[in-house]
Amino acid sequence: MNKKTILFSEHLRLGARMVPFGGWEMPVQYSSITEEHAAVRTRVGLFDIGHMGVIEIKNYKPAAAPKSPAPALSFLQYVTTNDVSRLENYQFQYTVACNETGGTVDDLLVGKLPDKYIVVANAANTEKVLAWLEKQRAAKNFELYIRHATEISMLSLQGPNAAALIEKIAGRNVTADKKNRSFVWVAGSPVLAKDPPGIAAGCEILISRTGYTGEDGFEFFAPKDFAVELWNRLLLDGAAYKIKPCGLGARDTLRLEAALPLYGHEYDDDTSPIEAGYGWAVKFDKGEFIGRDRLLQQKENGLPKKLFGLELPDKNIPRAGYAVYADITGQSKIGQITSGTFSPTLGKPIGLAYLQSSDLINAPAVGNIPRVYVKIREKFVPASVVSTPFYKKNRASTAQTN
Amino acid sequence: MIPENLRYSKEHEWVKVDGNIATIGITSFAQEQLGDIVFIELPEVETQVKAMQDFGVAESIKTVSTLYSPVSGKIVEINSELAESPGTVNASPYAEGWMIKVELSNPSEVNSLLDAKQYQELISTTSE
Repeated sequence: MNKKTILFSEHLRLGARMVPFGGWEMPVQYSSITEEHAAVRTRVGLFDIGHMGVIEIKNYKPAAAPKSPAPALSFLQYVTTNDVSRLENYQFQYTVACNETGGTVDDLLVGKLPDKYIVVANAANTEKVLAWLEKQRAAKNFELYIRHATEISMLSLQGPNAAALIEKIAGRNVTADKKNRSFVWVAGSPVLAKDPPGIAAGCEILISRTGYTGEDGFEFFAPKDFAVELWNRLLLDGAAYKIKPCGLGARDTLRLEAALPLYGHEYDDDTSPIEAGYGWAVKFDKGEFIGRDRLLQQKENGLPKKLFGLELPDKNIPRAGYAVYADITGQSKIGQITSGTFSPTLGKPIGLAYLQSSDLINAPAVGNIPRVYVKIREKFVPASVVSTPFYKKNRASTAQTN
Repeated sequence: MIPENLRYSKEHEWVKVDGNIATIGITSFAQEQLGDIVFIELPEVETQVKAMQDFGVAESIKTVSTLYSPVSGKIVEINSELAESPGTVNASPYAEGWMIKVELSNPSEVNSLLDAKQYQELISTTSE
């Protein structure tokens, strides 16, 4: 029996096609993946991400001595690869929780608030992450309070017009904030008082400057009781920017164009963040953390495999699991596709693949672009190895309002 | 909604018979399930097809779907428009979105296909 987010009825009302994902019934599309994808790239789109796991970590007791970091910070430093001590209040960072062999338990967001840390886990991994965190907490006797904040439901607002919409609704100049800080929007203030009624006065919604699309955007940590109002408020006020509700179909094509990883595809228990290309989120000098030894070995001795971006000709779409070869006759298999699609923005097939990196160096290049071959049904299709991301938002472009 | 004059396969293809020639495409239900189609891979003219065997592929953004021939015979024509405009299958699955024309080698096969009413029942019970 799949779980439903608090916005389930809204999706049905909007005519969404629902599919099971990570244990949840989620909208895959409302109108079409291509249209929703384009809305996010050129205007603004709204996603229900209430399936994501929101975890709170609080110090059970205040720090024993003034100079020792509170247990929450030490704990998070121990279980993640990035340097949590760099976070100021209201800042988030991307990070990875590794296991002892340097493989990935989950990739996460960690945010610091005045009274707690927030960890955001993938929907399919929420229970696994909760169990993992508790196991590590108990093993080292960290005195902490770890809880799954199921009363919070997340939404995501992404696109070049997202900042303008946030400024209009929350009355805060986010464009000027170069540190991309998150903030708590206390809803129901006079700025909102319009018809239909705004969100209940005093309701606090944490808004982070994060996203999974390669565009500017914001993610809301909304109390469930107000999530439906917030959703409809955003759609209503966003109409001026031609906002569209967007489903998981577009979420996948957007993140893939931005070459962002998806657990279960680019990450798994046997794949390290360095192999996935996220070595920058691994801070060896911050101190001890789970997986550090194996990751350091990888960094120093070379990676077993590495993630590369591929572009294919015509309409030859690579799909997860398709094999990749160094030669057109398929003698020398060097890896496989982890994710692939037809890129709506670029108008060409793109994919990500783990390849034995030493073989890649030897693969024949055409015009300085290394070439490999993807087996699509019975054909060996030539693919160019390209730098990622495939798409980068154009900072100079003007957001469209038509 | 579901054209009465056509026959249907369980794999969501439709067949229109004119004398000895069968025109084949995919149903509205199928194109809706696929979403925006970006590519249709069809075989060459003269290729022999057999009932229930695959003859091509329909690719959308999120999925690849095998196309199965409901009948046996020789392909005498393919819809070359679809190479340029695969979206025609979404827009007009029963008319402009036709895919192949087959010269039937065993016309009686058509009788074992579903009629409109049976196909309607099939898709009503198919959960998404």
